[in-house]
Amino acid sequence: MALLSNTAVLLGKELRTEFRSRELLTTTVVFILTIVVLFSFTFDPSVNESRRFGPGLLWLAFLFAASLMLQPCFLREQTNDTLSALRLSVNDPFAIFLAKLAANTLFMLFTQILLLPVFSILYNVPVLAAFPQLVLVMFMGSLGLSVTGTALSAISAQARMRELLLPLLLLPLLTPVLIASTEATASLLVLNPIMPWKWLGFLLGFDVVFLTALWLFGEYLLEE
Amino acid sequence: MKTASFSPTGIRFENIDKRYGALYALRRVSLEIPAGECVAFAGRNGSGKTTLLRIAARLARLSSGAVNFLDESGEKLATPPGAGFVAHATMVYDELTAEENLLLFARLQGIDQPAARAEALLGEVGLLERRNSLVRTFSRGMRQRVAIARALLSEPPVVLLDEPTTGLDPQGARWFAQTVRQLRDSGRTILMSLHGESEVSTLATRAIRLDAGAVVADTQTGANFRSILAFTNA
Repeated sequence: MALLSNTAVLLGKELRTEFRSRELLTTTVVFILTIVVLFSFTFDPSVNESRRFGPGLLWLAFLFAASLMLQPCFLREQTNDTLSALRLSVNDPFAIFLAKLAANTLFMLFTQILLLPVFSILYNVPVLAAFPQLVLVMFMGSLGLSVTGTALSAISAQARMRELLLPLLLLPLLTPVLIASTEATASLLVLNPIMPWKWLGFLLGFDVVFLTALWLFGEYLLEE
Repeated sequence: MKTASFSPTGIRFENIDKRYGALYALRRVSLEIPAGECVAFAGRNGSGKTTLLRIAARLARLSSGAVNFLDESGEKLATPPGAGFVAHATMVYDELTAEENLLLFARLQGIDQPAARAEALLGEVGLLERRNSLVRTFSRGMRQRVAIARALLSEPPVVLLDEPTTGLDPQGARWFAQTVRQLRDSGRTILMSLHGESEVSTLATRAIRLDAGAVVADTQTGANFRSILAFTNA
């Protein structure tokens, strides 16, 4: 119970500080929009091409945006050494991770949902028919990005060359999430969408494995 | 500070080592600090003062040895109490108000009636009128007041101060010294790392000098006491 209540309190803090500063959301939304718009004008794809390449493009954009969003996740706790204050205050350090990954997942999902209509218009791909299923895929994919990214953000925040380290560690580790999310999205953007259970199961497995690893070893990532 | 409800608690460092790779930050440090003592640690940058305090706060893991919290009679406590920690960094969020910061940490620590406790502490540190201002709009001295309030939320019997007066103006340093005096007089055990003599250092009842991670001088009285406190990087 203490874990959940601490997580809720910390999630409230994450949301409050972000909506006051709007640092992460603004950067991420602008970054993804730029990529999607630039690709649209560069390739001018047909509907069929968009259905083939669109999901990959979308998830690549999400992946790069995630590395931008996740970088300051623990880094900004170092400005005033607030991470030490959190560690002194919570019984279970996993609450710190849970709150951060919940916040990151929410921010990423918000960005993705905001971007879907723009993608639909620019690439002429209808998304309304399978919108709820798309949101589910995006949630599972975002969770995968966040779980891995939050853990690596904690590691890279304490390292030298931290700006380089996070993308270097993150991109190869997230390849399975990228493939599964792209395949799942692609199967929902065809003329007759089908629910991609196989890929959703894969994403669920990935999320559970990394969440368990974070629960078991997260404490060591926060130590000096 | 009001007299709070806590049990006087001491600390014992037993032959502790802290290594970062091959580098020793602390080397075979053994100290016993009885409940209610006010100890000032002096020494050059890198002598191990901060590491020792962070180990006492359980923010850093020991390489070997043990740290135990003691009751008034010197017996080891089964459940170590939380220690209040104030450092040069404020350890509070700039994007939250003073009250939001205290409420956040009070809720995380499971303190009863967090709003009342936060309000009481804001009153004690003289920030009640600025309770709804964002911390980023505060001066260095005001931020340090929020830091003190945060550290005292759970009424800790042990207070750790790591160069807390760095960057404070004379008025801020005077307020801080007065606060430390009240904490000391309330029976709390205080461990503080300092740079040179100051108003705060005169409150110490014991002075310890560290050099290269080892204790090289430890005294409670005499001419040596002042020379340890006057020690600077020069």
